[in-house]
Amino acid sequence: MFEYAPAPESRSVVDLKPSYGLFIDGAFVDPADGGSFKSINPASEEVLAEVAEAGAQDVERAVRAARKAYEKVWGPMPGRDRAKYLFRIARLIQERSRELAVLESLDNGKPIKESRDVDLPLVAAHFFYYAGWADKLEHAGFGVDPKPVGVAAQVIPWNFPLLMLAWKIAPALAAGNTVVLKPAETTPLTALLFAEICQQAELPAGVVNIITGAGDTGRALVEHPGVDKVAFTGSTEVGRAIARSVAGTRKKLTLELGGKAANIVFDDAPIDQAVEGIVNGIFFNQGHVCCAGSRLLVQENVADRVLESLKRRMAQLRVGDPLDKNTDIGAINSAAQLERIRELSDAGSAEGAERWSPPCELPDRGFWFAPTIFTGVTQAHRIAREEIFGPVLSVLTFRTPAEAVEKANNTPYGLSAGIWTDKGSRILWMADRLRAGVVWANTFNKFDPTSPFGGYKESGYGREGGRHGLEGYLNV
Amino acid sequence: MTATTTSARSELSELGRSETALRTFLHGLPGVDQVGAEQRAAQLGTRSIKTTAKAQAIDLAIRMVDLTTLEGADTPGKVRALAAKAVRPDPADPSCPHVGAVCVYPAMVPYVAEVLRGTGVHLASVATAFPSGQAPLEIKLADTRAAVAAGADEIDMVINRGAFLAGRYKEVYDEIVATKEASGDAHLKVILETGELATYDNVRRASWLAMLAGGDFIKTSTGKVPVAATLPVSLVMLEAVRDFRAATGRQVGVKPAGGIKTTKDAIKYLVMVNETVGADWLDPDWFRFGASSLLNDLLMQRTKLTTGTYSGPDYFTLD
Repeated sequence: MFEYAPAPESRSVVDLKPSYGLFIDGAFVDPADGGSFKSINPASEEVLAEVAEAGAQDVERAVRAARKAYEKVWGPMPGRDRAKYLFRIARLIQERSRELAVLESLDNGKPIKESRDVDLPLVAAHFFYYAGWADKLEHAGFGVDPKPVGVAAQVIPWNFPLLMLAWKIAPALAAGNTVVLKPAETTPLTALLFAEICQQAELPAGVVNIITGAGDTGRALVEHPGVDKVAFTGSTEVGRAIARSVAGTRKKLTLELGGKAANIVFDDAPIDQAVEGIVNGIFFNQGHVCCAGSRLLVQENVADRVLESLKRRMAQLRVGDPLDKNTDIGAINSAAQLERIRELSDAGSAEGAERWSPPCELPDRGFWFAPTIFTGVTQAHRIAREEIFGPVLSVLTFRTPAEAVEKANNTPYGLSAGIWTDKGSRILWMADRLRAGVVWANTFNKFDPTSPFGGYKESGYGREGGRHGLEGYLNV
Repeated sequence: MTATTTSARSELSELGRSETALRTFLHGLPGVDQVGAEQRAAQLGTRSIKTTAKAQAIDLAIRMVDLTTLEGADTPGKVRALAAKAVRPDPADPSCPHVGAVCVYPAMVPYVAEVLRGTGVHLASVATAFPSGQAPLEIKLADTRAAVAAGADEIDMVINRGAFLAGRYKEVYDEIVATKEASGDAHLKVILETGELATYDNVRRASWLAMLAGGDFIKTSTGKVPVAATLPVSLVMLEAVRDFRAATGRQVGVKPAGGIKTTKDAIKYLVMVNETVGADWLDPDWFRFGASSLLNDLLMQRTKLTTGTYSGPDYFTLD
């Protein structure tokens, strides 16, 4: 047997402080009422740092700082000068990518190979891409001299902390807005390190403000009357509440919410690559992906073969220490999320679906869930309808392309879908009929800053990425 | 073996009787998505193999080397020296294992055989008008018989790429069957020359064709065309031997050859074997590297692991 020896990435590149304040008006400050909370490493439950909890007064300060920076500095600044700052930030992210990747894995639980090879390169790429737009906005197709919106309130989730920050901040700044961003309460640390990068880049004070806290902080931020634009990525439930609170105000709103994507495998698919795509679709980032391919729709005449290959492949997945360079699946981000995954998986078993996981040893401490598939799932099962947001795949079968489309679309969500077939004409036929914002063909979970991303139906509205991603931050 | 694989095996053995049946079967194999296969190979290449795992991998890789010289300038003296190196790769360290085999042209086989007798190192000879294979069948078979008679216990044949690319699968199949027969007890490695087959779909089809015709090993390349072994090509071939064993119960070996020069490269291949076909193939009987300069890099890394310091290239023999 060929056993891989432990290959841990060193933690020493990260210089964590015991506690962090709020980043407002270019400096770290203490919160007005002195509240704080702890951010833990989900793989070990050790406390990583104590983080300030922003209250209403802090939100007020942050929005005011952002307003001032918008009116005095960032709004009037020529695009070519804004671009310089964005390029500088992008380069600093690249220079400090190892440090950021290790911290992301520590705070989030995702494997270092993903934070190193996927998250960080994409984060830098987003800043580079939108830096390029800053002085070319009149060519973006939104009129001859499109203006920024003003102050953007941005609330991001815990699954891709730094990447979601980049998706929000890069286009906002390129278009001339200033921002107040709230990272998720379980993963605030890389956003705070990003704040240090803003200082290092000598970004003018108040252009980027980072306030930490949980749901109450987020609510105070999006409901603040001084905010012109709200951008949220997270659950559909919270998205609804935000839409209600923003209704009837001048605020522009983009929402990127949940998903229950169908990954559709036809009988002429390249089977080995399709199996890789299925694995990547649902087990990438522990399945904590809004566009995860959580419903496998496989043509019935190849279902046995595909499932056999899938199970063999799943047995190769290495679950464990997120900092080990050979880990494929890391820790579940929080106890609460683990509880939700368990609850829905138990419902799957109770409703009669057949559950399977490869033999795999899970660590004693921390939050872990073995990669799991359910076969014999029908459209009526909860695990086929509700977003699990974990490493759990529901397998359904279909007979014809029309049935595949019908089942794929039979969900209140509409964020993404995947098609696996060797037939180009079928890819186009399917893509025309799938009600999903992103359709991948013979691949899955591919991201690029030039490509717009966003949902249909209850997966939200507005697009992030690409030229389209500028629209939400321009007064058009 | 189960009843299903027995019956599948006999069904598959019938395929070679008809051009139509062969074509229908080979074109019915699932396609290979180029982007996906290359992405998977690249991902496997990012595994981090350190300390004990690295030591284990290096020794295994040494045992898997088919130490090769295939030059017009090969002489008895040259191949004898190479054979001596194959037996004792590191004269300074008796714990260093010997390589899997020495691979030479048929005319050089007798000289190598003298050195290798009783050492456990196999003697491979290329044959069948290597590397182009563009000679009449009778000559290719005579080439094979001569190599075996001179003492080769492994034959590395080339498939008829001209016939394969023209779609004459049965002709390719029949040549492999005939060469297998001419090889007698010698192990038959079938070189697909994947650099000339160009697409992964072709690589998968040629792999199955070679296995159906009775090849004991499938090998990527001659080393004589610009594109030799690559990780994605080897991945597709490993998937083929895996699926072939599942269908028939017969295990076939894989040999990437050409262009594998460093320990780092070799370890990437071993990781790929480990995670694609598993431990059953992690053995010199089932996986080989066709290489020459690779061996010295493995030895250098091996010495580094045991002593903690790198020795200069002059400490390793050049043969």
